[in-house]
Amino acid sequence: MAIIKLTSRIKVMERKPMSFMERIYLPAVFKGMAITLSHLFKKKTTISYPEQKRPMSDVFRGLHILKRDENGAERCTACGLCALACPAEAITMTAAERKAGEQLLYREEKYAAVYEINMLRCIFCGLCEEACPKAAIFLQNDVMAPPSFERGDFIYGKDRLVEPFPQI
Amino acid sequence: MSDLLKVTIDGKSIEVAPGTTILQAARQIGDKYPPAMCYYTPLKNTGGKCRVCLVKVSQTSEANPRPIPKLVASCLTKVENGMVVENESSAEVLEARKGVVEFLLINHPLDCPICDQAGECDLQNLSYEHGTETTRYEEGRREFNKIDIGPHIQLHMTRCILCYRCVYAADQLTNSRVHGVLNRGDVSEISTYIQNSIDNDFSGNIIDVCPVGALTDKTYRFKQRVWFSKPYNAHRNCTKCSGKTVLWMKDENIIRVTARKNKFGEVEEFICNECRFDHRSKTDWVIEGVRDMGDDSVISANKYELPVVSPAVLVDSKFVSE
Repeated sequence: MAIIKLTSRIKVMERKPMSFMERIYLPAVFKGMAITLSHLFKKKTTISYPEQKRPMSDVFRGLHILKRDENGAERCTACGLCALACPAEAITMTAAERKAGEQLLYREEKYAAVYEINMLRCIFCGLCEEACPKAAIFLQNDVMAPPSFERGDFIYGKDRLVEPFPQI
Repeated sequence: MSDLLKVTIDGKSIEVAPGTTILQAARQIGDKYPPAMCYYTPLKNTGGKCRVCLVKVSQTSEANPRPIPKLVASCLTKVENGMVVENESSAEVLEARKGVVEFLLINHPLDCPICDQAGECDLQNLSYEHGTETTRYEEGRREFNKIDIGPHIQLHMTRCILCYRCVYAADQLTNSRVHGVLNRGDVSEISTYIQNSIDNDFSGNIIDVCPVGALTDKTYRFKQRVWFSKPYNAHRNCTKCSGKTVLWMKDENIIRVTARKNKFGEVEEFICNECRFDHRSKTDWVIEGVRDMGDDSVISANKYELPVVSPAVLVDSKFVSE
């Protein structure tokens, strides 16, 4: 049977039986261990995250927050522009009409009764922040969405998004 | 044909029947036509109030080649043979329109994030195309006592631009109008006389003719932003009107019913209040298909479904091989 040469750079390997030193394996094992050992004394490139944290940029885009105004009323009026701007379609909301006596809770006539962001969908691009006409939604530069084992935990409702009342 | 009149608008010529207005001729050319806030083709005597359709006539007619010294309202001015009109090609027209938009917005609260009309509002489109980015107005805006004009229609007087469309609609569509414009000048307002509520069969059409969010559907109030709902053409057998409507659906629920509007934002066939307010179940309607709102409408945003092509069209078209 003729061998068809596809290239001129063929190397023919010689299959020699292993020598004695190769057959006992130990020199190779020690060589590997020495490399591992030498890394113990090198400078570490990682940090142990939850205890240690790297400095974050001022323009970092982390977890969203729904801001309150200077009187503590929610700024969001459920206009839907953030959800429209969102390229990942992570934001949903339901609007409701403000009742008499709720002026201190909600800034405008209309407010978001339900406001949800799916953090698994969110790509933290910050377009919602740019679209907001009421300066209500912001991406915090020092908080990230914490990890979880449950998918449901990543759907953030108003209970976790709205800024807590200012402490007096 | 000798009785057709030749008119040139922005360098494009068209021959139209005598009695046609400049605005109608421009719409027939269909390229860039002047905006209109008060003029409404299906309603008689509308027009001439908002002044946004101002155009420059640089040649009155073939017999009289002099220009008209002042800008004219294109919705009321009839064309003459050999008339030459400048619409958006004239800097003077654009400057005047900018001023008109500024005046229309002086008392407008600019509460678009709250307003249910946002997304299909003529004033929004107008100020986006012809207005300035910021306001120079610092004084207080008009305020009104809230008036309840019935169970179906919500009146926001602060948003009104006093185009009188709803007054004409009520005059011409219903047998007894109970609302109108009270007072004069800066304090004039749309209202019902001695708090009458509006309950004519066709009164709901004043919602559709309103170019701004002054008259909105109370059953739709804050339900959903326009661009999150999906419009479907639908019809039903109605004894009072043609029954041809647009259903605005969110998921499987009908959240609003409106009349069908053409590309100029004018209602094609007025619908009755029963169709508009009382039938919110899918079984009441025969749904014809998704309504195409055009690519430049925000209502078309984020809706990815492919257009429904009927098999009959496919068979006729050249895409099907023999």
